[in-house]
Amino acid sequence: MNTILVTNEVSKDFGTFKALDKISLEIPKNSIYGLLGPNGAGKTTLIRIINQITYPDSGTVYFDGEKLKPEHIALIGYLPEERGLYKSMKVGEQVLYLAQLKGLTKTEAKKRLKYWFDRLDIGDWWNKKIQELSKGMAQKIQFIVTVLHEPKLLIFDEPFSGFDPINANLIKDEIIHLKEKGASIIFSTHRMESVEELCEHIALIHKAEKILDGKLSDIKRAYKNNSFHIGMTTTKGEELLKEISEKFSLSASHYNQIEAQLNITVQMHSEDSSELLTYLSSKANVNRFEEKIPSVSEIFIQTVQSKGKS
Amino acid sequence: MSKLLLIIKREYLAKVRNKSFVVMTFLSPILMVGMVVLIAYLTKVNDSEKRIIGILNNSDYFSNDFNTTESMSFVRFKGISLESAKDSTENMGYSGILFIPKAVNLEEVAKNSFFYSKGAPSTVVIDKLESVFKERLRQRRLQEMEVSTTDLAALDSHFEINTASFSGEQNLKGINEIKAFIGGGFGYLIMMFIIIYGGFVMRSVIEEKTSRIIEVIISSVKPFQLMLGKIIGTSLAGITQFAIWIVSASFLLFLALAIFDIEPNTINPGQELLSGAADNLAPPIPSANETMMLYTQELFNIPWLMLLSFFLVYFVLGYLIYSSIYAAIGAAVDNETDTQQFIFPIILPLMLAIYVGFFSVFGNPHGPIAVGFSLFPLTSPIVMMMRLPGGIGEGGVPIWQLLASIVLLIGTFIGIVWLAAKIYRVGILMYGKKPSYRELFKWLKY
Repeated sequence: MNTILVTNEVSKDFGTFKALDKISLEIPKNSIYGLLGPNGAGKTTLIRIINQITYPDSGTVYFDGEKLKPEHIALIGYLPEERGLYKSMKVGEQVLYLAQLKGLTKTEAKKRLKYWFDRLDIGDWWNKKIQELSKGMAQKIQFIVTVLHEPKLLIFDEPFSGFDPINANLIKDEIIHLKEKGASIIFSTHRMESVEELCEHIALIHKAEKILDGKLSDIKRAYKNNSFHIGMTTTKGEELLKEISEKFSLSASHYNQIEAQLNITVQMHSEDSSELLTYLSSKANVNRFEEKIPSVSEIFIQTVQSKGKS
Repeated sequence: MSKLLLIIKREYLAKVRNKSFVVMTFLSPILMVGMVVLIAYLTKVNDSEKRIIGILNNSDYFSNDFNTTESMSFVRFKGISLESAKDSTENMGYSGILFIPKAVNLEEVAKNSFFYSKGAPSTVVIDKLESVFKERLRQRRLQEMEVSTTDLAALDSHFEINTASFSGEQNLKGINEIKAFIGGGFGYLIMMFIIIYGGFVMRSVIEEKTSRIIEVIISSVKPFQLMLGKIIGTSLAGITQFAIWIVSASFLLFLALAIFDIEPNTINPGQELLSGAADNLAPPIPSANETMMLYTQELFNIPWLMLLSFFLVYFVLGYLIYSSIYAAIGAAVDNETDTQQFIFPIILPLMLAIYVGFFSVFGNPHGPIAVGFSLFPLTSPIVMMMRLPGGIGEGGVPIWQLLASIVLLIGTFIGIVWLAAKIYRVGILMYGKKPSYRELFKWLKY
């Protein structure tokens, strides 16, 4: 069994509003899985179903090969997008309470807390109240609450919101570290650059439906359209440009006469770019040649928009 | 189960450690006792003021009728004019002067008597003076009719109809009111507890919602567990507070009474009611003491153990019903200001129960209104408590009514808690919307 979580045609309605429509996902073990989608697409509903906060109207969820059941709660760690802590409760008591709700014993929770407090550089906050802490500090505490019971599956919903860049990086490193230690991670976000950096698999949900899922590298390959960026040094830019446009389909061009730099984007019919490269290197000194790979953000916008039209 | 205990413990500690809760717990008895002592003290001071009244009596009557009492004394003027009598009254700082002129007979004298005072006269003084005149006139007329005082005493009969239940048990009139008053006390306690601690439950739910911790928690426990833990934890805190209030208030009251030397009777409403009830029945009871004994005995005869056990049943069920509604309201809204439209319909049956209790159950504890309201589950905890001191079975609450009321209450309890849990489950995850009743209804189907 190589998947930690499988959803099989999971559907959920809220009255007449369809929140999820037959969503089937396979989330592999020991990887970071990006759950993407515009606001209101149904991501949070899906996550809540996985956490057994709500229940699907139809369809089944399997956790580590078993049908999802209440005991699995202790094996899942969830950092919700809408998160907070008791404002007037002391940090230590609060984390202990939440850890005990997840099934840890008090002594075990204390031991692990010490480790995490040291690791995230949280020193003498034990007796402070949450309302005395900065937002970023409170977020760190929440992160600890999520991971303290060492769950097999971690679900982070917009984990970086509320962090400054330094702490966001710290948390990102911790997420990678957790993955390396064997955890499987579902990562829901709008921040595409972090998806690019972290996720091996993604699924895109739009208007209650899954419109795309798979390995990120496969998806990217599928979404590239054989477009190439080329940079050349030449003093005869205009003439060259004319020649190229006769042989290939140019989609963009820019010539800087002072620096004698010609930048073009060429649309090819197939992946094979050797013809283009051979031709261009015979004409000028090529200093840049790269295939245009769509970013996750572009794929996201492209698929969502094309779905919107249909 | 252990999770539920954890939640209960946290809710309890969070409530008990809360500063305003601590302040309220220890300040309220002091304030309450302070108020009582102040009122009693002021009443005492007011009563102990001694009034001095001047009398200018030019008639042949009333020479021995105005006797000094605890609160009033009389100074007699002789052989001076009314004007100078008034002057000296004012100079001496007396309360006023009674002028009794010379006339042909007692009637004329009484008719032409005047009481002069600086401001409006005190009713206590007027009452006293009037009673002296009345008594005198009465005796005079009796003399004219040639009735001797002994004959009069023989005439003056007191009659009170004897009442008994069919089983022959003798009833005391007015005891119904006293019993209802005791039951009313229990009912009032239930209402106060629901309003105060139901509000606490609601605020605690809102706090979890606004601090956004709710989703973190319900990814570990079931919403129903959380709701139940919250209600139980808050109630335990409430019971702690009530216990502290009762113990410390009684202690303080005792202490204060000892220090200020105030007769407990002046501030004991129960006592007043007792004597009040007695007064209403028979103004000049010759055997007042004996009746009082009967009342006391009757009070001891009230089935306190039964009463307390049913109090527990009605209190627990009633409180759980209402506090789960409060929890649902807290879950449905985002902040406390939005709760008003939902709170009113909750308070309404509670108020209704209290008022119906006081106006209808007191007069007729087994009338149709009393029966109806003691069966209706939202009012039964309060109204039934007012009926129960009269006993169960014959002469009291029929057993079928008691059973029906409890069955209905349990049924409603299950239904309401189920509904509230549904609303709670959906509501705690809804942000930014102020829901309408229609929307709440829709949530039930989610």
